[in-house]
Amino acid sequence: MKRKFDLEKTVYAVAAIAFFFLLWWFLTTFTPVKETTPGPIEVLQLLVSSFYTPIGNKVIIGHLLVSLRRVLVGFSVATIIGIVLGIAMGTSRWAEAIFKPIFELLRPIPPIAWISLVILFFGIGETSKYILCGIGAFTNVTLNAYTGAQNVDPELIGCARMLGTSERDIFFRVILPSCTPQIFAGMQVALSTSWMAVLAAEMVGAQEGCGWMIQRGSDTLNITLVMVGMIVIGLVGMLLATLMRTIERRLCSWNIMEN
Amino acid sequence: MEHHGELKHDPIISMRNVCKTYISEHKTNEVVRDVSLDVAENEFVVLFGPGQCGKTTMINLIAGLQLPTSGEVVVDGKKVTAPGPDRGVVYQTTALFPFCTVMGNVEFGPKSRGIDKKTRRERAEYFIKLVGLEGFEKSFPNQLSGGMRQRVGIARAYANDPKVMLMDEPFGHLDAQTRYMMEAELEKIWQKEKRTVVFVTNNSEEAVYLADRIIILTNTPTHIKEEIKVDLPRPRQYSDPAFLEIRRKIEEICDDTL
Repeated sequence: MKRKFDLEKTVYAVAAIAFFFLLWWFLTTFTPVKETTPGPIEVLQLLVSSFYTPIGNKVIIGHLLVSLRRVLVGFSVATIIGIVLGIAMGTSRWAEAIFKPIFELLRPIPPIAWISLVILFFGIGETSKYILCGIGAFTNVTLNAYTGAQNVDPELIGCARMLGTSERDIFFRVILPSCTPQIFAGMQVALSTSWMAVLAAEMVGAQEGCGWMIQRGSDTLNITLVMVGMIVIGLVGMLLATLMRTIERRLCSWNIMEN
Repeated sequence: MEHHGELKHDPIISMRNVCKTYISEHKTNEVVRDVSLDVAENEFVVLFGPGQCGKTTMINLIAGLQLPTSGEVVVDGKKVTAPGPDRGVVYQTTALFPFCTVMGNVEFGPKSRGIDKKTRRERAEYFIKLVGLEGFEKSFPNQLSGGMRQRVGIARAYANDPKVMLMDEPFGHLDAQTRYMMEAELEKIWQKEKRTVVFVTNNSEEAVYLADRIIILTNTPTHIKEEIKVDLPRPRQYSDPAFLEIRRKIEEICDDTL
């Protein structure tokens, strides 16, 4: 039953993507759009050739790895800080009173707005790029860890105390696992946000990376290159999201099996 | 037939002139008024009372989750000032750790108290078997039925080897059929692993089925209205005339209360 349903879905998905490419091909072959916009074949050709012909100083896999490293470092550091801060705010009234107003104030500021300040303080090296990738992730993870920690069932904490659990163990064995699903939901959004922020990060004196490719394409009016960069960012973003969902299913199986 | 006779030893639970009043800005709410109660070792005491009386508060006071406004609660010779593993609680909502398997839940207490892995595994396995959940060790609570979750709750409390067991309407959420089954199960488990039990319910049938002694409570502010000893042989028959007679008596006393 389930497999049949999945097959149906796959057919629709493939058909929708095929239709999109056909439309793109049609518009860039038979309409005035072709004057300005490269067609799918041109873009795919550049994408394929970029696997062996370097763009700038690297082939495309190289650019991809550089961008991934920036995102993963920024994301990981931001996640750790976010979990600690979020749970602190959710469990301690003092931490909430001190950090929440600052956090709420900084939260709405988009990563791009930080570029100048980050350059001012950290220069145009890798650190700045990690920070820019991490900012978006940080707010998402913190917020989710915070609400997760606030919503831990107080009866479970009382129950753990009755069983003779120390306060330290209550944190690691009750509070932390209780908010894992929520933290994971935050991390999923956070990873996408970080990946999207790579473009902003690579506006800062980068010589390589997927964001840089788009930047470079746009500076040299090479729209084909811009589109290659977009496709790579889209594909990898999709893969990262799938990966996160798989990990979540493993780690939070107790929460998902409900139905 | 069980004989508990008179209290030869010091009682294991002793509530002395316990009062509990909640004071908020706008009003004071007196929940428990001057309750004194002794429970002997291995005695099965049922606290019976109407819906919203302070039964849960009484359990929380013995558990140390709440402290009395005046008076004191003594368990095993020590004054209760905080929660502790000498008192095991079985909750109406089960309060199982959703992220732990059945084994993880049952082992939780012993692990917290630093009991080595082999010993606590053996204990947990023993009690999981005792409550009839063999084969479900690796299941998570949300994969179990309501009755099975309550069994885990009972095994978890037992595995921590408490001096007294506090059960707060553990079968309150179950359907009638499961409830009968669980009452019979609990009786069997208790016969095999005797503990002092304080059991809260508002179901007179359940009370008579399980109790050595029924403490009838009034509406809030709760105090003890009357005590009934149940001397029927176990396991008891719901339709036994003596059983029904005690139920009738309880209901009479409660009607007065209202």
